Amino acid sequence: MSDTRALRPFSEPSSVMRWLAAVVVVTYAVISLLPLAWIGATAFKSQSDAIAYPPKVIFTPTFEGFVDLFTVQTHQPHDFIAKLPPPTTWYEKLARDRDMVIAGPSRVVERFLNSLIIGFGSTVLATFLGTLTAYAFSRFKVPFADDLMFFILSTRMMPPIAVAVPIYIMYRYLGLYDTRIGMILLYTAVNVSLAVWLLKGFIDEIPREYEEAALIDGYTRLQAFRKVVLPQAVTGIAATAIFCLIFSWNEYAFNLLLSSGQAQTMPPFIPFIIGEGGQNWPAVAAGTTLFLVPIVIFTIALRKHLLRGITFGAVRK
Amino acid sequence: MSGIESMPKLAGRIADQAIQGRAKHFAGLSDRSIAWLFISPTMFLLLAINIFPLIWAIRLSFTGFMSNLPNPARFIGIANYVDILTDEDIWQHFQVTAHFVFWTIAFQVLIGFGLAFLINQKFRGHSFWTTVILLPMMLSPAVVGNFWTLLFQPQIGPFNYFIGFFAGLAPSSFTMIGSVDLAPWTIVIVNTWMWTPYVMLICLAGLRSIPDYIYEAAEVDRASAWRQFWTITLPMVLPFLMLSVLFQAIQSFEMFDMVNLLTSGGPGSTTELVSITLKRAAFEEWRTGYASALAVILFVTIFGAANIYVKVLNKVKQQ
Repeated sequence: MSDTRALRPFSEPSSVMRWLAAVVVVTYAVISLLPLAWIGATAFKSQSDAIAYPPKVIFTPTFEGFVDLFTVQTHQPHDFIAKLPPPTTWYEKLARDRDMVIAGPSRVVERFLNSLIIGFGSTVLATFLGTLTAYAFSRFKVPFADDLMFFILSTRMMPPIAVAVPIYIMYRYLGLYDTRIGMILLYTAVNVSLAVWLLKGFIDEIPREYEEAALIDGYTRLQAFRKVVLPQAVTGIAATAIFCLIFSWNEYAFNLLLSSGQAQTMPPFIPFIIGEGGQNWPAVAAGTTLFLVPIVIFTIALRKHLLRGITFGAVRK
Repeated sequence: MSGIESMPKLAGRIADQAIQGRAKHFAGLSDRSIAWLFISPTMFLLLAINIFPLIWAIRLSFTGFMSNLPNPARFIGIANYVDILTDEDIWQHFQVTAHFVFWTIAFQVLIGFGLAFLINQKFRGHSFWTTVILLPMMLSPAVVGNFWTLLFQPQIGPFNYFIGFFAGLAPSSFTMIGSVDLAPWTIVIVNTWMWTPYVMLICLAGLRSIPDYIYEAAEVDRASAWRQFWTITLPMVLPFLMLSVLFQAIQSFEMFDMVNLLTSGGPGSTTELVSITLKRAAFEEWRTGYASALAVILFVTIFGAANIYVKVLNKVKQQ
């Protein structure tokens, strides 16, 4: 036994072990995906299929959930609907089949728009500030650099609920409560700490020799930064930006407490998608699915940088 | 050839400098001033949005201020702190939080390390499945908490069927969210589902950082696989594991989003974490001074934990 073990090259685990590992890992992966698959499926169920007892795995897909998500509807008696002119669009028809009349668009589009504006606004700001600060920490002798870096990281660790109490009072006072600008500034402050730490890691990896060569060629520091360092850091900046975007997109506590309607984003809104007569699960699931799809895409795009992102740039491989 | 190519470049560079001759006064800032120019906006933002409110909160914590009333803040000394530290309910919420933090971390470490160890066997397709496993941790905790309420529905949700099928129980014989005994485990299950990938990913990095030659040397010494695991694998992964545990401890200690939407603290107050108590005191009862004192207590705890976290972080970085 020990002889055969000595014969095979070490870093190759035995094939039985590998096979076993594959079975366990794939089983875990599939089970952990089930909740997401269930939500995705519920988005395409009719309301009665969604609350069927026992739960339905096989069902006829429908877009009712999505129509309910994007529209406000009223229930009407059957003969009233029969008197109406025939529906002109597929979604009107879908509503009429359930004795519903579409009264107008729902607020979900505004919420998505808020999510996008606040998300991109804070991402651009945080990445911009983060790049500058990270460059300074990476290349110059800054007094108390370690303490300042710790300070920057520690702001990220603060429990949002605890910070929200004084920010709420401050925002009320400054007129930033329930404004997109207020949310953008707040998310920028939260994201900038991650951006600085991540980007410092990326910029540290760019050899100083490139810049030094540029400086000898007569570039000023700022020119060297713009024309030599920035192009080299593009991948890092992009990865950082996606991390910031995901944070702002997912954020809930601050938005819940510091907005009441004007600047509300999707996460606090989704739980309040309620239809006529009880929770409209297909509509909630449709909203959730639309909300989660971009994250799934970004996660796949980011997979090589995820480790850096979750450890503030400390672990690289 | 290369000489010809560099001529236009050189010309361009000279032209560049000629144009920017005047601008250079500004652009040719000293390194010191650039450093401050680049750092100060970030610092200003953090001071304005994090530190200023923090100081304000500390000040408010010594007052009986209620932000829904027009009364000015009245100084009441350390009464809020005394109230909090002698309140049995608060201690109960800290216990609920401790239960939550302890068990999620225990499960995350066991499952996360196990998965990382298995993925490190490098079977075919392991990187694809790693990405699949990572998905839950990128999602919005609030949205996760919200959709798990559907999965946990005793009759229409699939969770009870899944467990009932494997445990041989009737699916409607138990409720997860509504039961005093099971609700604390409900939030543990969802948090574990969401954050195990985090621990896994960092452990995987740790496992991959162990150079092969150490194992080869152990092999030469005929150390058993079991012994190799305890004397090489575990000690070398430990700093990475510590890093993930510390971060998860901080994160679950201040957990709000997921639990607020999944159980909102109930039934009773069996899942009321400290952050939910804080939110209720501040935004439902409007006891701002009292809530600020509780917030300050949380700050101090987290700040201590963050200090240790950064030390471990720097240690791992040096490896």
